[in-house]
Amino acid sequence: MRLPQQVPRLAVVFAVAILVLIGARTALIPATFGTFGHYRAAAVDSIAARAVKFAGRQECEECHDDVGSKRLAGNHRGVGCEVCHGPQAGHVAAPSDVTPPAPRDRSFCVRCHAYNASRPTGFPQIDPVTHNPLKACIACHDPHAPVPPTVPQECSACHGQIARLKALSHHVNLPCVTCHSVPQEHKVNPRAVRPTKPVNRSFCGQCHDQAATRVKEAPRIDLATHYQRYLCWQCHYPHYPEAK
Amino acid sequence: MQGYIYPNEYELQWGLLIVLYPYITGLVAGAFILASLERVFNVKEVQPTYRLALLTALAFLLVAPLPLLGHLGHPERSYEIFLTPNRQSAMAMFGFVYAWYLTVVLLLEVWFEWRKDLVLRAQAAHGVRKWFLYALTLGATDLSERSLRFDDSAGRVITVIGIPSAFLLHGYVGFIFGSVKANPWWSSVLMPVVFLFSAIVSGIALVLILYMLTSLLRSRPVDMPCVDKLASFLFYAMIIDVSLEMLDFLHRLYESEESIGILSQMISSRLFLSLIVLQLVIGTLVPLVLLGSTSPALRRGGAARGSPELRRLIYLVAAVLVEIGIFSIRWNVVVGGQLFSKSLRGLTVYKVEVLGSEGVAITFGLLALPLLILWVLVKVLPPWTEVEARST
Amino acid sequence: MSEPGAPGGLNRRQFVETALKACGAAAPLLVAVIRIPAGGQEAAGGVEAGYDPTGHYYGMGIDINKCIGCGRCVAACKTENDVPADAAHFNTWVERYVIENDGDVTVDSPNGGIDGFPPLESERGTLRSFFVPKLCNHCANPPCVQVCPVGATFSTRDGVVLVDEKYCIGCRYCIQACPYGARWFHPTKRVAGKCTLCYHRITRGLVPACVEVCPTGARIFGEVEQRATPLARFMRMNDVQVLKPHLNTKPKVHYANMDGEVR
Repeated sequence: MRLPQQVPRLAVVFAVAILVLIGARTALIPATFGTFGHYRAAAVDSIAARAVKFAGRQECEECHDDVGSKRLAGNHRGVGCEVCHGPQAGHVAAPSDVTPPAPRDRSFCVRCHAYNASRPTGFPQIDPVTHNPLKACIACHDPHAPVPPTVPQECSACHGQIARLKALSHHVNLPCVTCHSVPQEHKVNPRAVRPTKPVNRSFCGQCHDQAATRVKEAPRIDLATHYQRYLCWQCHYPHYPEAK
Repeated sequence: MQGYIYPNEYELQWGLLIVLYPYITGLVAGAFILASLERVFNVKEVQPTYRLALLTALAFLLVAPLPLLGHLGHPERSYEIFLTPNRQSAMAMFGFVYAWYLTVVLLLEVWFEWRKDLVLRAQAAHGVRKWFLYALTLGATDLSERSLRFDDSAGRVITVIGIPSAFLLHGYVGFIFGSVKANPWWSSVLMPVVFLFSAIVSGIALVLILYMLTSLLRSRPVDMPCVDKLASFLFYAMIIDVSLEMLDFLHRLYESEESIGILSQMISSRLFLSLIVLQLVIGTLVPLVLLGSTSPALRRGGAARGSPELRRLIYLVAAVLVEIGIFSIRWNVVVGGQLFSKSLRGLTVYKVEVLGSEGVAITFGLLALPLLILWVLVKVLPPWTEVEARST
Repeated sequence: MSEPGAPGGLNRRQFVETALKACGAAAPLLVAVIRIPAGGQEAAGGVEAGYDPTGHYYGMGIDINKCIGCGRCVAACKTENDVPADAAHFNTWVERYVIENDGDVTVDSPNGGIDGFPPLESERGTLRSFFVPKLCNHCANPPCVQVCPVGATFSTRDGVVLVDEKYCIGCRYCIQACPYGARWFHPTKRVAGKCTLCYHRITRGLVPACVEVCPTGARIFGEVEQRATPLARFMRMNDVQVLKPHLNTKPKVHYANMDGEVR
C-alpha cells in the first residue's frame, strides 16, 4: 500500500519544527532552573544578596551600648534605634562619614503619641494641641528613656476616651478611684501593674440598690430580683450608663 | 473609589487587551465549530460558509497572541512559557494549546482543504507566483483520486480532533478565570462552559456577518437557506448561552454568599451600562426577539418567517448586536472581576485610555487587523470556486 | 491503486521503516536534551556561607492589640526594599477598622498608613476601633505560585514566597490570584512585586525591616514548628487566626486578637 504523497511531506515539516523547538529549549532554559523546584535557583541568591538598609539595633549597641542599656531599662525598650534615627546600615559601614539624623521636632513624636481613638487602650497618648504646644517633646522627655516629667495626676492623661465618655454621664462626679483602686506603680509601668475592677453586683448596689442610702439621686433597682443572673456591667457600660 | 480597597488594588492589572483576547479566541473557536457543522455533522445548508469560516478562524487566530504580547510586562521573555511551563498553571497551557491548534488543527485543515486548488493554480501560474503557490503545496502535487480522497478524510479527521481542540483553546481561558478562588466574581464551575457557549454564539454571528458582507462586496446573491440555517443555529446557541448565564445569576443570588453585597453594588453602579444595557438587553434580549421572530422553530410549518430582504436585515442586525453583547460579556468578566476589592468592602474604577498601550485605539486596531489578514488570505486561498472560472 | 513511478509515492512499509530509524538515531539525543538541565548543586541557593535553607521555615505573628497605627513599618519596608513611593504599591500596609454601635464597619488605609492615621471624625458612635497590619502571608499552599505560567514566583525551601525579577514575564496572573491583595506590578521594572519577608535580612540573622522598626512589638518574626523562637511563644500564648482560612492557602502569618470583621 503506498502512502499518499502528503504524509511524508507533512511529517518532514513537523519533524523539523519539533527538532528546532527542542534545540531551542536546550539552549534557552536557564542553568539553575529546576534545582530545588520549578524556579531558577540563582534567583534566590540574587534576592539574598540585596543591600541591607536598616542595620538592626544589635549593630547600634555594638558601639552605643550606653544609650542602648539606658533604652532597654526604660519605656522605649521595645523601640529600635532606627525607628527614630532612620536606616543606618551606611553609618555602621562608615561611622565617621555618615551621621544619623536625630529628630528633634514635635511632629516626629506625635506620630505615635498623638491621641487616636483606634490605638489600644492605655497606650500613652497626648493631645498635641493642648499638651505644651510650643515646647519640643525632648525638652521634658528623654527619648531614650522617656518618663513623664511629673507623674500624671489625672487618669485622663492616658485614658482620655474613657474620661470624655464619663464626662457625658451622671458618673462624671465620680472620680475613677471610686470604682478602681490604682497602685502607684501603674502610672510608671502601666501594662505590668493594672488597676482593680469591681467583681460583684453588690458593688454597684452600694448606690443603686433599693436599700442603699448613699447618693439620693441615683436610680434604684431591687438588686435581688433585677436580672440577678448577670453582672451589672454586662448591660450597663459603667463609664456611660445612660447610653442607648 | 468607593468604600475600602486594598492599596495594591488601585490599579487594574488586566485591561482592554485582556478583554480582547478571550473575545478573539472565542471567535476562532466559534467559527471553527461552525465549520465543523458542515464537515462532520453534514449540515449541507451551511456549505457556502465552510471555507470562509476556516479562513476567518485562521485570520483571528493569527492575531490572538498579539493582545497578550502587548499586555505582558516582558513580551521578549514570553518564550519562557515553552521552556519552563508550570504544569499547575492554566495559563501555561497557552503556548502549547495555541501551537497545537494553529498547526495541527487550523493550518493542516486549511492545507488539506486548499491543496487541490493550490496545485491547479500553481500549474496555471507563472514566475514568482508559481513558485510561491508551489511552496505552499509543500511539493505534494499528486491530484489522483486516491490523494484527493485522502485529503478529504484527513480533513474530516482533523475536524473531529479540532472540535475538542477548539473547546480547549477557548475553554482553558474560561478556566483561567474560573479557577481563581481569590475572586468570587470569577470563581465558578460554569465559567469555562459559559465562555465556550458565548464563543460559539460570537463565532456563528461573525461568520454570518462576514458571509453577508463578502456577498455584498462580490455582488453575489446570499444563499438564503444558508443564512437561515446560520441564524437558527445562532438562535439555539443563544438560548443555551443565556440559560447558562441565568443559571449562574440565579445560583449566585440564591446562595447569597458574603460577596453578594459588593457584587450587587458593582452591577448596579459600575457595570450597569456594560452588563444590564449592553450585555443583557442589547446583546441578548433584542437579538433573541429578532431571531425568534423569524425562527422556523417558533412557527407552525417550519419555514422561516418574513421576506428574504427582511430576514437578511434582521439577521445582520441581530448578529452585530450579538457581537457587541459578547464583547460586553468579556468586559464584564475581566474588568468586572477587578472593579471590586477582595476585601469585599469597596469598588474602584477602570480608567480606559484612548491612546496608549492598552487603549481603545489599539483595541480597534487589533479588531481590524484580522479583517485585513482575512482579506489577504482570501486573495491567496480563495474560498469561492468561481475564481477558477475567472481569467487571471 | 498504486502507480509505480507516481511522484513522491512512498511505500507505507518503507516510510514506517525510515521513520523508526530516524527516531532511533535521534532518541538518545532527545532524551539528553528534553531533561531539564540541573544546574550546579553546590552554589545555587547557597546564599551566604553557612546559611542552610533547609534548617529554617519562617512565619510571622501580628498582635492586633499592640498595633498603634504609626505606619513606621510601611515606611521602613519601602525604604529597605526600594518599593515605588506612590500610593498603589505596598509590600505591607496598615488598615484601620472602625466598628460603629449599629454594626457598620468602615475601613481605611490612607496611603497604606505610611504617614499614620488622621484622628477619627467622631468617636460617639464607635463601638471598637483598631489597626490591622497586612502583608504577604507567605502561604504554605500559595495560589500565586500555582498560577505562575513560567515558574517566576516560587516558595523557597525556607518557606518564603519570592519573585524572580529576571524571569517574570509580567502577565500579572499572580496578582489576580492572591486573595490578600499582597502583590503589585512594578511600574518601571514591569514585573510582579511583593513582600520578600526581607529575605536578604533574615538569611543574615536579622529580622525583617517592618519587625525591626515596630515600636510596640506588634510584629513577631520567627520560625514555624520550632520551640525556641519568638513566634512559638506568640502562638502558644494567644488565640491566633489566619486570614481567609476557607481558601485553604495555609497562610503563615498568624493574627492574635483579630476581630471577625477583618478581611
